[in-house]
Parts: sequence; structure tokens; C-alpha cells
Amino acid sequence: MSDPTIRVAERVDLLAAETSEGAQGLQPRKKTTTDELGREVGAVLRQSGLTLDPNDVDFERRDDETMIINMGPAHPSTHGVLRLMLELDGEFVLRTKPVIGYLHTGMEKTGEVLSYVQGGTNVTRMDYVSPIANELGYSMAVEKLLGIEVPTRAIWIRMMMSELNRVASHLVWLATNGMDLGATSMMIYGFRERELILAFFEKTAGLRMNLNYVRPGGVAADLPDGWEDDVLVICDTIYERTFEYDELLTGQPIFRGRMIGVAPITAEEALALGVTGPLLRSTGVPWDLRRSMPYLAYNEVEFDVIVGTFGDNFDRYAIRLNEIRESLRIVRQCIEKMPSGDYRSQDPKVTPPPRARIDESMEALIHHFKLFTEGFQVPAGEVYSAIESPRGELGCYLVADGGPKPYRIHVRAPSFVNMQAVPLLMRGGSVSDAITVISSVDPIMGEVDR
Amino acid sequence: MIPLPLTAPPGVVTADVLASDLGCFPTLEEYVPLVRSFKDDGFEMCVDLCAVDYLEHLDRPLPEGVSATRFEIVVNLLSLSKKQRVRIRVQAGNEEPRLDTLFDLYPGTEAMEREAFDLFGVLFSGHPDLTRILMPEDWEGHPLRKDYAVGKVPVQFKEAPGPR
Repeated sequence: MSDPTIRVAERVDLLAAETSEGAQGLQPRKKTTTDELGREVGAVLRQSGLTLDPNDVDFERRDDETMIINMGPAHPSTHGVLRLMLELDGEFVLRTKPVIGYLHTGMEKTGEVLSYVQGGTNVTRMDYVSPIANELGYSMAVEKLLGIEVPTRAIWIRMMMSELNRVASHLVWLATNGMDLGATSMMIYGFRERELILAFFEKTAGLRMNLNYVRPGGVAADLPDGWEDDVLVICDTIYERTFEYDELLTGQPIFRGRMIGVAPITAEEALALGVTGPLLRSTGVPWDLRRSMPYLAYNEVEFDVIVGTFGDNFDRYAIRLNEIRESLRIVRQCIEKMPSGDYRSQDPKVTPPPRARIDESMEALIHHFKLFTEGFQVPAGEVYSAIESPRGELGCYLVADGGPKPYRIHVRAPSFVNMQAVPLLMRGGSVSDAITVISSVDPIMGEVDR
Repeated sequence: MIPLPLTAPPGVVTADVLASDLGCFPTLEEYVPLVRSFKDDGFEMCVDLCAVDYLEHLDRPLPEGVSATRFEIVVNLLSLSKKQRVRIRVQAGNEEPRLDTLFDLYPGTEAMEREAFDLFGVLFSGHPDLTRILMPEDWEGHPLRKDYAVGKVPVQFKEAPGPR
């Protein structure tokens, strides 16, 4: 490749061409339109002129005063392969542009060639920190199209598992957030507690992550014997330890200094950007689909929707920490109220015959074979079903054409939309705040890129 | 059932029985004014925007007066105050689908419209930065189209130099 006859200057040009960023990256101000520039400086409510500072869109600003740098995609604090292009003035961030797609594996396309039975294994890999939420959103969409009822026990198992998953997901967030701020011990504690939940998942579903546990029609397996004791131990242990986190983080002057007042967002801006989850609730909007548009049996359990006031990093931290406690409260009620009965629908259309029947009945064998090779047919139609994942509204838009495979499967990933708030949150902060911003938005790149 | 927005033309709104959402089928001209009237009506958030390629189902059943086209844009709006969702399905055209952007109404549609452009080739007039978002910049074709040849195109990234 390196031809010695090419002069150094030409080689530099060649290198620049090969590694050029093109239109996806952050361009110098002179090459950027006002609209785009406004977007990059984080002006959301541009049409009303509320947040657009004329100084920010100064085209005359000389480019040699500022510096455009890359953060990521292999930066340890970007939680995956997120790449941010930052325009810096010294230590301060002027413009930000997230560049995504490094983990794009075409899961929506893959979903079109997998049958409805196999679909769960696909969606569960999107948000790999809270797989149950993905499976639930997908399964509920399929069930809506099929028009089948899910047994009560399955509903309660789903609810308990998704709340446990929410705890596990928030624990990972606490761990990595602590790590980003230099609280390395929090990293160890967060993962230690999450391990309890993953061990229970393994006992129940056979896998720690990417469970494919929630399936159209119910769940894959009943809860194991003695599950009440296991779950109670999880609840007691983690509940007690949330107070240790309080001691470790909440009251710490360094932690508070880096979280309080950093990266604020208003309710108006959050709604305009479509962000959901803890990010929206931190601005004081009490919007939680579990309460506002109840699904499963969330209207039969008691829990509080945690909201913040200032919309800053600290509010988002406090919301997630307290949501762990609220989720554990729901899990405790699930233990008390868990009904008996089937753990999956007895509709022979979606549920395979029991293992014992396959040995004695030819029809059962054929039925089992057909279900796992061809899959079941879903009547034509389109449906959007949404649930509250740990990161916000996770929607599944499904178009069926009457065949055994979805015609189109689209997942409305909360991280993908929440990512749009990053330029706004970054604006005017320093580079060290940038790290806490990424952390507090809590993007899961598998879900952003799908 | 929520009352229809005042400016909505008659016939574009039908109830979707299945999802208990309100379904609307505006034309390309009615699309942005309809969304604006919903926004004025209290639909604070645009939750989702995605495209569907109905290449194999050009004769799908739609309400009377709506002529089906190959590409459809599906917009999900949410009203926090009414706890109500509405789904707007726009017939975007067969060749080179193009519609106006919702960016001025809901800035949060920026990434979603970029995704629809990237994966389906739907163009949005007035979008500030209509570039590919998930695929590499120099990718050819729009992968989620139904006539996109899966597995037949050798995957090659930009100007990859040969073996050194």
C-alpha cells in the first residue's frame, strides 16, 4: 500500500480521504446549515426561539479557535460503541453530534425472516441489559394480533420477571455510572447484586441473559420449586444494600458536586424530543406507562412513580435508585399474590403439546413439529404495543400479512430516541461532564443500533 | 374515543379496533396540517415514526378513499394529558417517496426520519440533516426495502485498502 514514490503530503491527503467522515460526522461551522447547527448546539425549541442563543450559531467563529474531536466509538465510558463528535472550546463543549450505527446488525430485517416463535430470540438481543422488556413488548404485540388471552399466572410471572430485570438493569446503571465518576467500588457492588438476579434467571429460564423466556402465549417455563425463598432473599439483600449505596454515593460531596445541577433538561424540551423513562420523569412529568396506561397487572399492585424536579443528573440518579426500591416492592407483592394455574396459554395454536403427550400421540408429534418448523399463522393486521422498559417506552410495531412470519417488525427503542437529548445535555458543559451525561442517558447500544 | 381535531378533513380518520388507537389516513398534503392539529389538540409527543414497504401487498385493504401505495409512513403520537395514542398512516408513494418533515413540530423525529431514509429511502423535505444514520455513509441501497437483495451483495466497507 505505502508506495515510497508518493510524497508525504500526498500520503496525508490519501489518509484523510480514506478515513474521512463525510456527512455523518460533525462538520466545520461554515459547512453546516443553521438548522443543523441549532440541533448540534442542543437548541430544541427552535421554532419558538426559546433556546437558540445567537452566539451559538455564529458562523464567523473562526475554526482554529475550536477543536473537533472524537470520543469513542471505543472509549470505555461510552458504554459500548457510541461515538460522539465534540466541538470543544478549550475544556468546554460547544457542539455535539452522536454518530451511531457501529452495532447495527439489521435485526429488524432479520425479524422478517424469522417465524413468530423464533422472533423472541431476535428481539431479546436488542436491549441486552433488560432482555425481558424486549420479549414482553414483542409478545404482547403478537398476542394482540392473535387475540389470545394469557393465563393470570403467566401475567404475574411476566410482571415479576420484568421488575427483577428492571432492578438488574438499574444496578448495571448504578455500577457503570459509579465507574464513570471514579467510584470503582460501586462497579463491583452493582455487578455483585445483579448476579443474584441473573442466577435466579438462570435457574428459571436456563440462561442468564437473552433469555427468550417471555413468549407469545405465556412464558417458557414455570417458576422453579422454592422460587419464593430465592426471590425473597434477592429482595431483602438488594433492598438493604440500596441504603449502602446511599451512604457510598448519595451523600458524597464529590459525587454530589458532579451530579447536582449538571446537564439539566426541562419538561418542555424533553417532550419535544420524545424522550421517555427516567429522563422524562426527572423533569417532573409523572409519565410511567405502568401507571398511566397499565398493562399486565400493574393496576393491581401498589407502587410509586418516582419523579424529579430539576431534570439534572442527580435527579436521574435518585430516580433510578428509588425505582429499584419500588420494583422490589412490586416483586414482593407478586410473591404474595402469585396465582396458581397455567404458565402459558392452552391455545393449541401457539403452545406446543406437553412433552409426555409427544411420546404417545402421533398428532401431538406432528403438531409439535409443525409449530417449531413452520410456526403459527397470525391474522393480517398491524399493531403497536408499548411497555415501560427500564429506559423508557419500548414499543413494538408489528405488521402481519397472515403468514407465519412478521411482514415488518419495528421496535421503538427508548435509547435510540433518548440519544437525541445528548447534544442538549452536553451543551456548555466540560468534557468531564460529558462522561456523566452519556452515563445518565443510559443508552444501550444494542438497542440504539438494532 | 377522543374528539377529532377541528381541522381534520372528514374521512381521513377511522378507529383501529384492534389496537384501540385512533387511525388516520391523510394524503401527502393533509399530513403535516393534520399532525399540527393533533399537536394543538394536546398530543405533546411524537413517540414513533417508521416506514413500511408494502411491495408484496399493494392491494391491501384500506379505508374507502385511500389509495394504497408501496411505501407507508407510520407516525405514533401520544397525548400525556388524555392518555391516548393516535396512529397516522401516510401513503408516501411508489417511486421515490417524499414527504414533508415533522421536525418543526416535533424535533424528536429527527433521528427517526433519518432512520426511515437510511433503511427505506424515504425522503423528507426540510429535514436539517438527512444522512444515513445506521448504515455506513457510502452504503448502496436501502436494506429494509423488500426488493433489497439480501445475501447477494458482497459486503464491502468504504475504500478498504487491499492487503498490505
